[in-house]
Amino acid sequence: MTPALPALIAHPALLAHPAHPLPAAATGAVGEPALNIAIFAVFVGVTLGIAVWVSGANSTAADYFAAGRSITGRQNGIAIGGDYLSAASFLGIAGAIALNGYDGFLYSIGFLVGWLLVLVLIAEPLRNTGRYTLADVLTYRLRRGPVRTAAAVSTMTVSLFYLLAQMAGAGALVNLLLGVSGGWEQNVTILVVGLIMTFYVLVGGMKGTTWVQIVKAVLLLIAAVLLTFWVLGSAGFDLSTLLAEASSKSPSGDAVLRPGLLYGGTLTNKINFISLSLALVLGTGGLPHVLMRLYTVPNAREARRSVAWATWLIGLFYLCTLVLGFGAMWLVGPARIAAAPGKANAAVPLLAFQVGGTLLLGVVAAVAFATILAVVAGLVITASASFAHDVFAGWVGKDGEGDPEREVRVARYTAVGIGLLAIVGGIYTKNQNVAFLVGLAFAVAASANLPTILFSLYWSRFTSRGALWSMYGGLLSSVVLIVLSPVVSGKVDPHTGASLSVITDPTIDFSVFPLENPGIVSIPLAFLLGWLGSVTSRSQVDPARFARLQVRALTAVGAAKGARR
Amino acid sequence: MTSTQPGRERVITYEAVQHSREFRQLQRRFRRFAVPTVLAFLGWYFLYVGLAAFLPDLMATRVYGRVNLGLCLGLLQFVSTFLVTALYLRWSRRRLDPLVDRLRDRLEQGGLR
Repeated sequence: MTPALPALIAHPALLAHPAHPLPAAATGAVGEPALNIAIFAVFVGVTLGIAVWVSGANSTAADYFAAGRSITGRQNGIAIGGDYLSAASFLGIAGAIALNGYDGFLYSIGFLVGWLLVLVLIAEPLRNTGRYTLADVLTYRLRRGPVRTAAAVSTMTVSLFYLLAQMAGAGALVNLLLGVSGGWEQNVTILVVGLIMTFYVLVGGMKGTTWVQIVKAVLLLIAAVLLTFWVLGSAGFDLSTLLAEASSKSPSGDAVLRPGLLYGGTLTNKINFISLSLALVLGTGGLPHVLMRLYTVPNAREARRSVAWATWLIGLFYLCTLVLGFGAMWLVGPARIAAAPGKANAAVPLLAFQVGGTLLLGVVAAVAFATILAVVAGLVITASASFAHDVFAGWVGKDGEGDPEREVRVARYTAVGIGLLAIVGGIYTKNQNVAFLVGLAFAVAASANLPTILFSLYWSRFTSRGALWSMYGGLLSSVVLIVLSPVVSGKVDPHTGASLSVITDPTIDFSVFPLENPGIVSIPLAFLLGWLGSVTSRSQVDPARFARLQVRALTAVGAAKGARR
Repeated sequence: MTSTQPGRERVITYEAVQHSREFRQLQRRFRRFAVPTVLAFLGWYFLYVGLAAFLPDLMATRVYGRVNLGLCLGLLQFVSTFLVTALYLRWSRRRLDPLVDRLRDRLEQGGLR
């Protein structure tokens, strides 16, 4: 058996996004589109109200970028969960389990274990040494201008790829949930999603965004836990029964209960899986929109609590997706899921429909849209803050310490620009296989950001040159390797002859790099470049600046007043 | 990189703090926890990934009903992640925070030579 390696890099979920426009005949809503839209409208109305209400005093830069440092650890942990559990997690991982069984489950483990790295090594020193963005931490001891620009470039690259994937995901969901079949209706939906989330960010700033994420995370968890209980209850609360029933419905039979369905077989396939696992576990610690959330709490201990809360919630959620995935395999059946518009993404909505009829489907649909809105809002504020605080402030010469009011103004304009970019990009990529975008985001985050963060916090001899080599080297190598991989060109379904790549013309093939995830090459390379750039650097390390970083990172001395602001 | 304490004309350099006995103790204590912990959970994670990739037959060994070793080890990854999180919270509250507080108080009063 040659398992057609699905074009998914990090989020199995996105495997689900159809590589080709679906024939109109294949589309059709499940349930009641009017009800789905009504529930969604209620959610948007309520969260917009909250965004306006909580953001009353959104006047200073700390208010706008960091919610006035007024979010508690627990609230922030829930918001981080809301930010991290994208539609790909909710619909995608469960869908991948429903179709591929055990191998879908493997993803969720990498996504979860990655949080330990954030907890032990990153969260607290990051909170103690930075203000708004990733670049703040790095420039604490490194040369300001170039390093700040590099950090902004990688922040915006990661955020933009993540953003496009979410917008395209919204387009794919529309097919199923609102009964809108391709064409202009889908574009209108993407436009509406884009406009609403830009509005959240403009009006609510980080505080409004945070509360949207909290509301969404709570709804998502309630929906997931209730569905999980229902599925488990149907199986008599016996996991073995659930697995037996589920595997009996799959054409692969018992093979869905063991690893290897997706990532077994050839050695390339296995190395690809290890590469993916590396990117997943190391990518979380470099995701700028997650790291930026750590600045919204008053101090390092609250940052620690945030990460712990996020870990509990994300872990609980992934445990639910395991049950939901096998539940969908059992109660809906892989054949129906694969035939549905949206494919694997449809597994959970179909399960909800099976279990609770149109009302529950409407709730799940609304939660899925809420998820996209909340994640997109978090990405937009991260990218716009990075532009305003790191790039624009550098242009006007003050290097991150310029006029804060102007920074907020610039960030708002940028948010509108990024919102428009996301809408156009989302419309353009709506029928593309967008797996590579999220995969790129995780691989770039792990390659471009993580080595530099760890080196600059913990290695005394790290230099600006090391940082630049590592960031640009990691960024370029991961992007170039993805472009040269089967994800972008030359992957053909062995049975149908159809292209599974982003470039859908099967005659175009410039894939010279065999792996779909570049992590196993680009991450070690970025660490190596950081070391090499530092040891060959002529400029002396400034021991005073490293001393200041180390002392502040552990004790928050000197940063305390800023931290309580 | 100096800061003056108002009231007392004492200047503290961060380098002096970095070399102080208290700070070194704090740093040592953190490293003694962090380094083995990080190595352990990453090692355990990659062991699991390696088993899933290269020994799928072993992972298919049944443990209870249809629940196989692969699923058990996967669920144990969840357990270990929760456990490490809880351990770190407890350890940092008991062993790290008091040292940090003491050191910060002394620094903010300018009492460190």
